[in-house]
Amino acid sequence: MSADTATPHPTVRLAPLPRLSPGTVLLLARKEIRDALRNRWFLLYALAFTLLALALSLLATAGTGFEGASGFGRTAASLINLVLLIVPLMALTAGAVSIAGERERGTLAYLLAQPISRLELLLGKFVGLATSLGAAIALGFGVSALVMAMRGESADIGACLRLVGLSTVLGLAMLAVGLVVSTLARRSAAGLGVAVSLWLAFVFAGDLGLMGSAIVFQLRPGELFHLSLLNPLQVFRMSSLESVNATLDLLGPAGVFAMQEYPRALPWLFGSALVAWIAAPLALASVVLARRSTP
Amino acid sequence: MITIRHVTRRFGCFTAVDDVSLHVERGASLALWGANGAGKTTLLRCVLGLLRFEGRIEIDGMDVRSRGKDVRRLIGYVPQEVALHDDLRLIEAVTFVARLRRCDGPETVEALRTVGLDAHAQKRIGECSGGMRQRCALALALLGDPPVLVMDELTSNLDSAAQGSFLELLHDQKKAGRTILFTSHRHHEVEALADRVALLRDGRLERLCAPQAMADELGLRASVRLYLPPDRIDDAIAALATHGYSAQRNGVSIAVETPLRQKGTPLRLLALASIPVHDFELQGDANSGGDPSHGRDPSGCAVH
Repeated sequence: MSADTATPHPTVRLAPLPRLSPGTVLLLARKEIRDALRNRWFLLYALAFTLLALALSLLATAGTGFEGASGFGRTAASLINLVLLIVPLMALTAGAVSIAGERERGTLAYLLAQPISRLELLLGKFVGLATSLGAAIALGFGVSALVMAMRGESADIGACLRLVGLSTVLGLAMLAVGLVVSTLARRSAAGLGVAVSLWLAFVFAGDLGLMGSAIVFQLRPGELFHLSLLNPLQVFRMSSLESVNATLDLLGPAGVFAMQEYPRALPWLFGSALVAWIAAPLALASVVLARRSTP
Repeated sequence: MITIRHVTRRFGCFTAVDDVSLHVERGASLALWGANGAGKTTLLRCVLGLLRFEGRIEIDGMDVRSRGKDVRRLIGYVPQEVALHDDLRLIEAVTFVARLRRCDGPETVEALRTVGLDAHAQKRIGECSGGMRQRCALALALLGDPPVLVMDELTSNLDSAAQGSFLELLHDQKKAGRTILFTSHRHHEVEALADRVALLRDGRLERLCAPQAMADELGLRASVRLYLPPDRIDDAIAALATHGYSAQRNGVSIAVETPLRQKGTPLRLLALASIPVHDFELQGDANSGGDPSHGRDPSGCAVH
């Protein structure tokens, strides 16, 4: 094919780009944080979480008569239940609409036409959303801690920080699941629908399924405990209780079994289960995104 | 510079691109021409590595699949419509893409200056006209000084004035020696920018030819509407009919179909017959987006 009269553009030989560049991941993460701040749903969930955390702290400390530790215990228990409801919903929906939304708007194809890899895009989205999610959780717990401090409550700072950390890890696990949904969904509305269904499954069907299985199959405490490790929300619940109360007696025979069978390894067991719930969906999302064509 | 070998892309049982092979030399410009669904955009997306495909595509000797990131650094992509958030300022959009392309600093302002948008750097994308958005897309594509430009339906969202100035900008890029691969269904764009035209039909490469030969090859036609004194319309229809032009009366005007590159002939014929023409309108290519099957067999058009 003949060129015009122009001199061909000289090609400068550039060094090959790395497959995974931290700089690119951070750049994409910053964009994702910016997008999250524009996402009304995300802001609404964050606001709801903060307000509910505030309300629960006020209620929990109202009946303590400035007595101290019991106020913290009650607040922590309330916050655990709040986290179990709100954080998975916030993380699942944020993850589920992120890539599907980009695909719908046409920005995904444009981004992937730039010199970035799909893995960098996925990690950038994960890091950005995780940061936003972490900030929302920290805000909720921060407000709660502030209320307790103003009311003169004494709190176990370590337990408090562990609770924030566990909530964030739960959020990351649900975010990774949401990203799997997002890589598969063509439209953000479809992704959102699947995310809400998954949330219902994790929050309600998971609990009911476990209870039903225990009754129908006459599960022994050990089997019940091991089965509950398959649900990240149950893992969070158990690890939070263990973290705040230093015992799982509240969970009944399964909790007692866990305390007897894994007296020292429980934090590692719970930690590994939650990390697996982050790593496995992320790996799956990466494979799906890499194999899937971008319309 | 761009080598496409036996590329096939299927969507389920539908074959969007069927065993297409092409080669674009460094500094040359190739237009992909065809009707909607001919496979033009799909082929471009394969070149960008956005779609999986059978066959092989190389840019400057690098395989699109195995070295996608490096390949895309060599390509500036101008989509049909720039797809970035509307509340981003132009300078923010340019800075973001510049960082993705690993260039920054003065190059961002320079890119906006090249396309005449430096005075609008603080404007939000949502506030920009179609022409400004398209210029912005070109500015983003020029970041990092890529040797290849890949463009999808260059001016489909622009009015005629914006089309002209945008084509001028692209012509400057062609003169700068960039290799250009673009899709279009507008004949004047192809004539203005392409060295060669690849005619696609149903996903298959029908032929390669020069843009000047394309109108004749495809039998492209235009419709010209002529406004005449009402009492001379019958004379005009008769005068045109003697030269083989079929004209249709349409109120105070007549519509004449002509070969694409002979749009002035009815005017000349009427002038020779002393029939005044008050005004005229071009109604676009009568069959632009052309069906390549209308053309004759090409001569001297190599398909690699």
